[in-house]
Amino acid sequence: MSDDAAGSATAEHGLTGAAQTVASFDTERPGLIRRIQAFLHTYPTAIPFIVLIVGIAIFSFAAGSKFFAPFNLSLVLQQVTIIGVLGIAQTLIILTAGIDLSVGAIMILSSIVMGRLSVVAGVPVEIAFVMGLATGVLCGFINGVLVARIKLPPFIVTLGTWSIYGSMIIFISNSETIRSQDIAAIAPMLQWMGARVALGGGAILTIGSMVMLLIAAGVWYVLNRTAFGRHIYATGDDPESARLAGINTTWTLIGVYTLAGLICALASWVLIGRVGAVSPLGSQTANLDSITAVVIGGTSLFGGRGSIVGTLLGALIVGMFRNGLALSGVDVLWQEFAVGALIIIAVTTDQWIRRISA
Amino acid sequence: MGKLLKVAAAGAVMLGLMCGTAAYAQEVVGLITKTEGNPFFVKMREGAQAKADELGLDLRTFAGKFDGDNDSQIAAIENLIAAGAKGFAIVPSDSAAIVPTIQQARDAGLLVIVLDTPLDPIDAADVTFATDNRQAGRLIGQWAAGTLGAEAANAKIAMLDLAVNQPTVDYLRDQGFMEGFGIDVKDPNRYGDEDDARICGHEVTGGAEDGGRTAMETLLQKCPDVNVVYTINEPAAAGAYEALKAIGKDDGSVLIVSVDGGCPGVANIKDGVIGATSQQYPLLMASMAMEAIKTFVDTGEKPAVTEGLDFFDTGAQLVTDAPVAGVESIDTTKGAELCWG
Repeated sequence: MSDDAAGSATAEHGLTGAAQTVASFDTERPGLIRRIQAFLHTYPTAIPFIVLIVGIAIFSFAAGSKFFAPFNLSLVLQQVTIIGVLGIAQTLIILTAGIDLSVGAIMILSSIVMGRLSVVAGVPVEIAFVMGLATGVLCGFINGVLVARIKLPPFIVTLGTWSIYGSMIIFISNSETIRSQDIAAIAPMLQWMGARVALGGGAILTIGSMVMLLIAAGVWYVLNRTAFGRHIYATGDDPESARLAGINTTWTLIGVYTLAGLICALASWVLIGRVGAVSPLGSQTANLDSITAVVIGGTSLFGGRGSIVGTLLGALIVGMFRNGLALSGVDVLWQEFAVGALIIIAVTTDQWIRRISA
Repeated sequence: MGKLLKVAAAGAVMLGLMCGTAAYAQEVVGLITKTEGNPFFVKMREGAQAKADELGLDLRTFAGKFDGDNDSQIAAIENLIAAGAKGFAIVPSDSAAIVPTIQQARDAGLLVIVLDTPLDPIDAADVTFATDNRQAGRLIGQWAAGTLGAEAANAKIAMLDLAVNQPTVDYLRDQGFMEGFGIDVKDPNRYGDEDDARICGHEVTGGAEDGGRTAMETLLQKCPDVNVVYTINEPAAAGAYEALKAIGKDDGSVLIVSVDGGCPGVANIKDGVIGATSQQYPLLMASMAMEAIKTFVDTGEKPAVTEGLDFFDTGAQLVTDAPVAGVESIDTTKGAELCWG
């Protein structure tokens, strides 16, 4: 025994002069870029917020007082309301690493159910409204079941239901537009969302914009303060670990798609308020616009990371660019170009931020 | 063996049936529209179907998935050639890209009638039945100028167009309106190059209510004193009116003019939303096309074009309840009888 002890002591002589510390943290101060990266990783909504502020500053300079006026800024808010509401629904789905190409079709279908039932079929407007909401819920539920139970990729599912809901739009609407004047006479409740509230200084909010903020607040609460919300993030981040942790990922997914369907139906109410009429045409690019808002708002297409606030900022940024460029006299072509460039920049930034955890 | 025999027998019977029906079948004809969703095309299909039934033709209809969907229209033409159709009418989604496929059909002996949107070049089809869109634009331009009178010299005009790529119908109506109003159009086949100070600007609407509203809001920000609004179609006009209403300009101080003559559009004229519209006749285009194909099948004779034009003009009439001297028009009662969609 003592020999052994002496032997090991001898053996340790060989270590003399070697580093004595067992392990330590790298205490070197990270560079500025690294610190920005870390900051953005912690506060991902900072980017769209900064872009919005910088954009407002640039357009105030380029387009003058026409842009930076309370009325115009509140107008941008009105213009992004529909995409904002659809973007909230889209955020929920993208948080689960999914995608929903059918949001625009669900919105139009719900608006047509509301309009046709109340104005054409003479159903009391309250019942028609509830049927419209139920249509959205049903459409979302179908998407959810196909994704979660049949386990089809969300892209394929919603590509299919986009066509299916699209053909239902034509079937139910008979390709006819219901005029604003007829809705105002028979079912004025459907146009409530368009009612305006003056804020002073020329700024005007519609009820629709306020409802968008309310929906955003509600979904924010669900995401951040309820178990269901945490399940959504967990399922999106890593569905297998979420399942092993005891989360019912199937019903979480179905719940998310159904909730998104309901929000799309609420978007249809906002839509009728804004355009006055119920039309089977229009909003053809609403699904892609909503994805644009989500991506520019910093939500990761890989799921599990992102926020509602970011999406609203993303929608505002797109609206601000279109409005600001138009008022600066820039051709529509270059407005499209600018939005495309914003998407690429947003996704590049997202990839860069993600690298910090690698 | 017995099973194989049965299958073979069933196959033979079916083949016989198919040949039998083919022998007595009606001539196959086709109608290909841009989309299913637009009432303009729905009306066309109704017109074609009614005429085909009357003439004893077997009508097959096709449509693209969206405006601009060239691939679906190519597939539709191929299907018609394969089905042995004698001819078809098409509203091309992409007026240049569809031309080689149309040539294939003509080489196969089919009569090709283009409706509404001329091909590029227009003579790639046997004949074109269309509204003279430039003339439709001119009518509303003349009406707007006539309504304003001397004030036309101080007008402020918002132009609500269709799409960034300026499809034919888009620039024809836009430039026609300007000609009618008395504005130097520069290049008559392109809008946006004019330097007349009365034009506030051009924004695209996608031809729908939501696009119309946003475009109008943008131009109102640019020129708060707009008093004439040209719109590519009536849904865009309805959207523009909502934007005007939102700022209290729905008091008749702003003239809105449009093109199409759909039933909601005519009703909107009656209600004072739109001042005047140029009404076109899709049902007529489609039923005339069916008649032309029937004539071609029976006699080999192809339809002729309108004198002085390179297409057959199916006509456009100005619909308004406030007629202006020197511009021929019909009122909304008459317009509602003739409207579509």
